[in-house]
Amino acid sequence: MSYQRPVFRHPSLSKNEVGFTRADYEGAISTLCAGCGHDSISGSIAQACYEMSIEPHRLAKLSGIGCSSKTPTYFLGKSHGFNSVHGRMPSVATGALLANKDLIYLGVSGDGDTASIGMGQFVHAVRRNLNMVYIVMNNGCYGLTKGQDSATADAGSINKSGSANPFQAIDLVGLGLELGATFVARSFSGDKTQLVPLIKAAISHPGFALIDVLSPCVTFNNNPGSTKSYDFVRAHMEATATVDFVPEKKEITVDYDEGTSRRLKLHDGSYIQLQKLADNWDPMDRDSALVALNEARAKNEILTGLLYVQPESRNLHGLLNTVDTPLNELKEEDLCPGAATLDSINQGFR
Amino acid sequence: MNSTNIKDPEYFHKVVDCQYACPAHTPVPEYIRLIAAGRYSDAYLINWESNVFPGVLGRTCDRPCEPACRRGRVEEEPVAICRLKRVAADNKTDDVLMHMPKGPFAPNGKKIALIGGGPASLTVARDLAPLGYEIHLYDDQELGGGMMRSQIPAFRLPESVLNEEVDYILRLGIHTHFKTYVNSMKEVLEKDYDAVFVGTGAPKGGDLPKLPGRWDAADHIHIGIQWLSSVAFGHTDKIGRKVIVLGGGNTAMDCCRTARRLGGEEVKVVVRSPFKDMKASPWEIEDAMREDIPILNCMPPKEFVIENGKLKGVLFEKVKAVYDENGRRSLVPTGEPDELIEADDVLVAIGQENSFPWIERDLGIEFGKWDMPVLDKTTFQSTLSKVFFGGDAALGPKNVITAVAHGHQAAISIDLYCREKDLFERPAPTTNLIHMKMGIHEWAYDSAVVPDQRYKVPHAVKEVTLVNRKMEVELGFDQPTGFKEAQRCFNCDVQTVFNTSRCIECDACVDICPTSCITFTANGEEEDLRTRLTAPAINLEQDLYVSDNLPTGRVMVKDEDVCLHCGLCAERCPTAAWDMQQYLYAVTKATKILV
Ligand SMILES: Cc1cc2nc3c(=O)[nH]c(=O)nc-3n(C[C@H](O)[C@H](O)[C@H](O)COP(=O)(O)OP(=O)(O)OC[C@H]3O[C@@H](n4cnc5c(N)ncnc54)[C@H](O)[C@@H]3O)c2cc1C
Ligand SMILES: Cc1ncc(C[n+]2csc(CCOP(=O)(O)OP(=O)(O)O)c2C)c(N)n1
Ligand code: SF4
Ligand code: SF4
Ligand code: SF4
Ligand SMILES: [Mg+2]
Repeated sequence: MSYQRPVFRHPSLSKNEVGFTRADYEGAISTLCAGCGHDSISGSIAQACYEMSIEPHRLAKLSGIGCSSKTPTYFLGKSHGFNSVHGRMPSVATGALLANKDLIYLGVSGDGDTASIGMGQFVHAVRRNLNMVYIVMNNGCYGLTKGQDSATADAGSINKSGSANPFQAIDLVGLGLELGATFVARSFSGDKTQLVPLIKAAISHPGFALIDVLSPCVTFNNNPGSTKSYDFVRAHMEATATVDFVPEKKEITVDYDEGTSRRLKLHDGSYIQLQKLADNWDPMDRDSALVALNEARAKNEILTGLLYVQPESRNLHGLLNTVDTPLNELKEEDLCPGAATLDSINQGFR
Repeated sequence: MNSTNIKDPEYFHKVVDCQYACPAHTPVPEYIRLIAAGRYSDAYLINWESNVFPGVLGRTCDRPCEPACRRGRVEEEPVAICRLKRVAADNKTDDVLMHMPKGPFAPNGKKIALIGGGPASLTVARDLAPLGYEIHLYDDQELGGGMMRSQIPAFRLPESVLNEEVDYILRLGIHTHFKTYVNSMKEVLEKDYDAVFVGTGAPKGGDLPKLPGRWDAADHIHIGIQWLSSVAFGHTDKIGRKVIVLGGGNTAMDCCRTARRLGGEEVKVVVRSPFKDMKASPWEIEDAMREDIPILNCMPPKEFVIENGKLKGVLFEKVKAVYDENGRRSLVPTGEPDELIEADDVLVAIGQENSFPWIERDLGIEFGKWDMPVLDKTTFQSTLSKVFFGGDAALGPKNVITAVAHGHQAAISIDLYCREKDLFERPAPTTNLIHMKMGIHEWAYDSAVVPDQRYKVPHAVKEVTLVNRKMEVELGFDQPTGFKEAQRCFNCDVQTVFNTSRCIECDACVDICPTSCITFTANGEEEDLRTRLTAPAINLEQDLYVSDNLPTGRVMVKDEDVCLHCGLCAERCPTAAWDMQQYLYAVTKATKILV
């Protein structure tokens, strides 16, 4: 019965640097449909956090409403979490982030949650460069409400009821680039070798890191004619480059060919190692990313991988010049320094 | 790697670790499920078909299945397979008789002689009698059962249990010739038997004939197995207060525990080798120690010390184990002074040998190394075509379950031989795969995996057992505990069957699998593949299940090693590419027993 998961794990599970095994990053057993792409993304998130030796209590999961937004229950069961209102995860994230800048924030949303009801919130989260990872589990439909076309469904894509979508799709990575997101990537739930390093790089990035992950809805949008099905995505996927994430402490031992590879140093000292770069694409040049995206679209290809990164980005706290101590740790005497201090400030205006 | 051929009957058989390790290939998980369902008689019959002595074996089996059990690789201890068998035997009802073959059987005109009445011969008798063979069983003892009767003490195996299971066979119309020692094979061959089976065991106990003093106190120095059978048949009923048992095997454990019950108050087991190298099963050692019997190690005997013409004790040297670079052990003196341990009686339990003084060497039955008969390992046929061997007589001292396994195979050979068929055209095993799916989250087996640790079998108190040599020590699981222990079984016979053409490579099975068994990856040589899986496949005894090529060019690789058979992969698979299917595997017997 899949409402019970056995307690046993592989006997040779190894521990990471903070003493946890991969099992310590699991959550409750999933209640999503068997074969849902979202479950694989949950697996990749858990894997990335395990590999990065993140202590679970240092991370907060935030989500809205949707099958995708339910997933935080199914990974990192020992982390903080807030399941907010439909499309309102960015404002909850903004509040949490301002209150405590010391946590790692992981937002999980759906294409409906982000590109329809939550669009107004999403764009401001990007604009303010919140220091968070923002994962969209993109299946081109409203899975939870039985598969209506969403705003990311491609024009002409055929849904389970057989009708073609008449509307233009919103391309979330294009939009993210346009709005000035400082880390933009796209991936596929079924490609963990690409997705896990991207999540790790996104966590290391000091600003808003958007990953649009194509994640087939097996129940409502995995039919022939859908452009978000397993078969279609596999057949049309192209990558900007293969991605490796190299943590800060690890020495790079493999020799990479300078011409076809590139190493990007991230803010925290870790690296993204890219190999077999696409022609005329520079991961630090936003325009080249937009061009590459448009060219792929014209060729009916789905461009995946890292698209753009600005390693030294100034996030919300930098832009607002907040104090180093998280707000929630400031005591009354810090926030309200007393009459004498007020007097001396007032003296300054005389 | 090539994709796995699951049509090979041995592939899924091997996944059922316990059944594969059992010499008679008893369908263990099948009977364990029946016990959990309270169907004790059915569980008993499943056993009876395969191993003939479920009640005996549920108490005394060497249990090669348990070290093999998958559960032992996932948590501390394997399923108590052996003691569950006893639960079936203890709780069965008389309806088992209705399902056993019943005579009289129409004679087929062939006559078979079985020499020796141990488990090997009795198995041959059971398998052949229903086919109409006239079977004559010869044994020098008063009753059937061989060493199960003469050696295994009653406090481990009550006589009533043995009698019941021996009778299930004898009532098939076997002609018994008890108290008849066969002293000439030539005479047997001169009679009109169509075939002869030798199941005479390994009846000769090891001795220390050259140890000084051995023959000066012969009345108080006994050969372990002779002494045990003399106790079993009531010829010996006491022993001195101080007893030394020499040897570290299971016979030594039975000797010391029997001595405790016959008046031995200070019984000590003294072993040449270190504790960890002792041959006795860990549970037998544990039981002896629980009866306040110290085990002294690294002390080889030097001489029997005689004082005033009377045994005073045994003088022991002190040694330690030293290992050379090949790991070969030698015992070297430590230089400490020798130690005299006093004793009124000494039991020598240092091994057991075959001995065939009654088989003339000019009959065409060839004997080879260590004076053992030259046999074909598959057919158990000797160099004289109508003579077959099995049990301890065939390959040296082993155990009851091995004797039974030999008996089944010898019976097939004898039947083929009597029908003038090729002995190497042996019947294939019966196999069957059955879908277990009943609903989205429902299977026809209990797929949930319980976290319970192994339950302990309760023992009767020492005050009672040590004064009565026939009082059984182990009390067996009661029904509720039997149920709980049965639930610990992973149902390894319910196989994960993969259908490549249905897989959409969504990874759902990979993500849900609690023990990281499944990987989708590029194919490669086995050695390389084993390192590239979700969890490295380090247990080389366990196979990798490899699919055909998938649309992405990858293959599905499942490491069978620690699969819990929980069925989650199949539940989470959107296309039913994974299915849970029960694999029934049965060694074909000369007679189909359960119909
Ligand atoms: C002390 C002791 C304890 C043991 N405990 C266990 C245990 O707990 N579990 C387990 O699995 N195994 C145990 N064994 C081993 C087990 O008893 C034997 O492996 C098994 O009984 C062998 O069966 P068999 O049919 O080959 O012969 P046996 O059981 O040895 O039977 C052979 C029979 O043939 C008779 N015989 C021999 N020669 C002749 C002849 N010429 N004419 C007529 N009759 C003859 C013998 O008297 C005997 O009755 C134990 C052995 C010993 C010595
Ligand atoms: C305010 C509000 N409006 C509408 C809904 C109904 N609703 C629930 S989930 C959902 C769409 C979710 O789609 P998406 O974010 O793509 O998630 P998916 O289930 O596809 O993963 C909608 C419209 C709601 N819960 N709350
Ligand atoms: S409805 Fe679609 S998105 Fe929701 S759980 Fe099922 S497969 Fe996943
Ligand atoms: S878990 Fe059950 S089926 Fe599996 S090896 Fe152990 S006893 Fe046999
Ligand atoms: S049955 Fe499937 S999910 Fe369960 S342990 Fe085995 S491979 Fe993994
Ligand atoms: Mg959606």
